[in-house]
Order: sequence, then C-alpha cells, then structure tokens
Amino acid sequence: MSCSKVDFGNLSFKNPVVMASGTYGFGKEYGEIYDASKLGGISTKGITLEERAGNKGIRIWETPSGIMNSVGLENPGVEGFLENEENYLSKLDTRIIVNVSGSRIEDYVETVNRIEKTSFDIVELNISCPNVKSGGMAFGTNADSAYGIVREIRKSTRKMLMVKLSPNAGDIAEIASACVSAGADAISLINTIQAMAVDIYSRKIIFDNTYAGLSGPAVRPIALRMVHQVAKAVDVPIMGMGGITNGADAISFIMAGASCVQVGTANFMDLRAGTRIVDEIEAFMDRENVKSLSEIRGIL
Amino acid sequence: MSKILFNNQLTKSIYEIGVEGSFEGAMGQFYMVRAWEDYPVLSRPLSIHDLENDKIVFLYRVCGEGTRIISNKKPGDEISLEGPYGNGFPMVKGRIALVGGGLGTAPLRFAAKTLWNSHPERLDIYLGYSDEDINSNRFSSFADSIRIDIGGFVTEMLNPSDYDVIFTCGPEPMMEAVARKAKSAKAKVFVSMEKRMACGIGACLVCTCSTKNGNRKTCKDGPVFDGEDVFFDEL
Repeated sequence: MSCSKVDFGNLSFKNPVVMASGTYGFGKEYGEIYDASKLGGISTKGITLEERAGNKGIRIWETPSGIMNSVGLENPGVEGFLENEENYLSKLDTRIIVNVSGSRIEDYVETVNRIEKTSFDIVELNISCPNVKSGGMAFGTNADSAYGIVREIRKSTRKMLMVKLSPNAGDIAEIASACVSAGADAISLINTIQAMAVDIYSRKIIFDNTYAGLSGPAVRPIALRMVHQVAKAVDVPIMGMGGITNGADAISFIMAGASCVQVGTANFMDLRAGTRIVDEIEAFMDRENVKSLSEIRGIL
Repeated sequence: MSKILFNNQLTKSIYEIGVEGSFEGAMGQFYMVRAWEDYPVLSRPLSIHDLENDKIVFLYRVCGEGTRIISNKKPGDEISLEGPYGNGFPMVKGRIALVGGGLGTAPLRFAAKTLWNSHPERLDIYLGYSDEDINSNRFSSFADSIRIDIGGFVTEMLNPSDYDVIFTCGPEPMMEAVARKAKSAKAKVFVSMEKRMACGIGACLVCTCSTKNGNRKTCKDGPVFDGEDVFFDEL
C-alpha cells in the first residue's frame, strides 16, 4: 500500500485527510467508532471566547446532494473547551486544528491567546461562518477586513495560522492574498455557501436565522474551482474542502492545488468516511503508481 | 448491511419494516437507517418498535424522499442500520402509563413489551391517532388496559395521579400536555423527543433540545428526557 504522508508547511501529516470543523465535534463520539490515529487530522468544532447556545429553530435541512445547516456556533467557549476537551484531543495521535471564531477582533485575539499554551498544531481562523449575526463571515468577505483581523491575530500566535475562507466573497483569491500578506501560514476553503429554504405551506422561511450554510456534494464543483483559483494566487499550503465524499474527490482537490483535504458532510453519509477516504487515496496511488501526493499536487 | 424480512404497509402512509439480525437496544433507543448509497445525504433516525433475538422492527411514516425509498424496499433487499444510539426510557417500577400519539407509538411498543416482562404493578396504555388506528393490536399482550382515542385528545383520558411514572412520545403539544397534567400529580414523566438529526452520535449539534439544564443533544443525551426539564415553548 502506498504512503499518503504529506507536508503541510512545516508540519508533516500522516495522510491528507482532515475532519472538517462542525462535523466531528471534539472527536470523542467518533472515537467510539474508529481510531482517530488513522486520520491526518481533526479540525475542532468552532470555539468562541464565551460559551454559545447557537441558533434556535431547525438547524438542518436536506437539499438535493447536500445539506443546509444553521447551528450558529454552539460551543462551550474556550475555557470549557480547554477544561473538557484538551486532554482527550491532545492524546490522539493525529494533528489537531483548533477552529476559532468570534464576533469581535478582540475576542478572536483573546481566544487564540488562551489556546497558545496548548500542544495543538494549528489555529484555523474562521472568518467565514454564515450562521451568526455579527462577525463570522463579515470578516471574510472583504479583503481589507480580512487583512485587518489576520494581522491582529498573527501577533498573538506562533502556531501555524490557517485562515478559513468564505465562498460568499466576491473574489476569493483576492481575500486569500490579503490573508497571506497579513501573515497567514495556510488557507482552508471553502466554508458553506449562504443559502435558504422555504416551507411553502406555512409560508415561512425554514431557518430562524433566515439564511443557512449549504454544504455537501452539491457545492463540490464550486469548491474545487475556488481551491484552484486560490492555489494559483498564493504560495502557502491549502486545505481544500467542499463536498468531498471519496478518494477520487480528494485527489481532484489535490490536483487542483490542495495539500490536504477536509471532509465534513460526508461524515453524515458514512460515519467512517474519514478512514475510507484515506484507503481510497492510497489505492489510487497504488493503481496510478503515484509515490507521493506531491507528484500530483497542483498539476492543473 | 442487513436483510429485510418484511416491509408491510399498515395505512396509506405508515409502514412496518423488519430486519434480520441479532441487534441490540433498549426501549427508547434508535437506529440510523439508510437504504441508499449517497443520496439523500442523511440517514433516518428510527426508534426501536420491537426487538427479538433474530430481528428488529421499525415503524415509519413516508414523509419524504428517504422514507419513500425505504418503503419501496422488498423482503430480501438490504438496508444499513447503525446503532443503537441514544439514551432511552429508564427501567421503572410501580404503576406505569404509556401515552403515545400517532407514530409516537413506535418506541412505546418496545417499551410496553420490556416493562410488561418486568411485571410492573400496573401498565396502562393510551394511544391517540389522528384518523385511524395504526397499531393498537400490537400492544394487546403487554398491558393491563389499552385506551384508544381517534381524532381527539388522548391526554384527556389520562389521570396522572393514577400513576407513578408516565412515558410519552408523540406530537410535542401532546407531550407538553402530559407533562403539564402530571406536574400537579406526583407522576414522573419521561418524554421522547423527535428532532432532525445528522450524525446521530452527538457530534454535530443539529438536534439540540432546549432544557432547564441548557442545550442537550437529542441523539445522545436523549431522545428521552425528564418531562420537567424540556422547554416545549422554545421548540
């Protein structure tokens, strides 16, 4: 069997498959189903400075080949995270990425400060959540505001700083370039696409928060295009995501320029999607005589 | 994958599916059921209606694409079951009432069987249906009495002070009415909540239930909750 080990900046990943934020919790639940050490990494549920209860009303809705979610960053806050999740996560033999979100730059900075002392490898800066009323995506859909927040947070952390981009920006490559100029070490994309659903019988919008975030295979071709555009625009490593459900999908993102891939919605289609995708990538490498994924990365 | 033994249509939209195998589960727990490859994206959470050594049975209503696909499956076809998941009904003693509405009777059938086999002091069953009796005959071997209401409010027949414990599952207004009626009596109420789910194991937070103790995961902390704890008005 081939080895799908990859370098991501100055970090080595045992394989390129990372579980996407919000779909994998803090790993404990999936840990009862399979061994997380088989994964390249895990991106935690988004953490904010204070605990959040998330959105009211319906939080999930199916679409053709996808889902819309409106969880609204329900999370225990950074202290709750450190108290209840750090110990478990730090013992896992896989890369841990802490996804950080917030409403104000100061909150992001304070959250990142508190994570600084942990052993976790990467901070994934979520400036792209479409499901909160303030902050979130607003930081990530304008190059100037993206530059400003990344520059501030860069001062607070020596960890690898990866910025998660919103597909709801006008020119995602421009935002990516702004983040890199502000000191981002890596880029992850795409977060969910802002979307909507209607109950025509009650004549109401499905989601209390009006709009929700679309993910899953429905968004994959758009995500692939955006990863390709961003890979052409920046020199830092990229984690590509958006509807990846199998090894072939993952390989296509790597060929488009991603060093690693994140798997989100597919975890709901198959709880063991993560390890299955690793196996499928390695089977592809065997079949196509690919010795290292760097041979095919960004070839398109 | 497991083999379907039967998939019987009970009413215009309600089916009962039996799947071969030695499955585990307690009353009130559920399985994530999938009878397709990729789409629909989400599996369907179905509570255990009956469990025997060699098979498991679910009751479901065709209300969307997923349940329509399941309803088209034939004996011998394969289906995927992940579970059992969730925190079900507690094992209780004394005078017990089960109050079910519509498809909410599904988990109560297995609860009735489990409780009956533990020889409770009394086990009365209240079944409410909107327009026709779906499955009251399935309860007849496991109850001291069965009362049925069609088209009205099954909760009106219930006198909570006759019971130590009440299990209820059905439309939320019905469960809320049971919880409210029982408050002045001394009966302890357990409600089984229904929410849209994605992962089914407590990771994704889409099935949150608002309770006195804060948000709880319906799939993992529930689906059965203490009736006094759930904030029905926020659902």
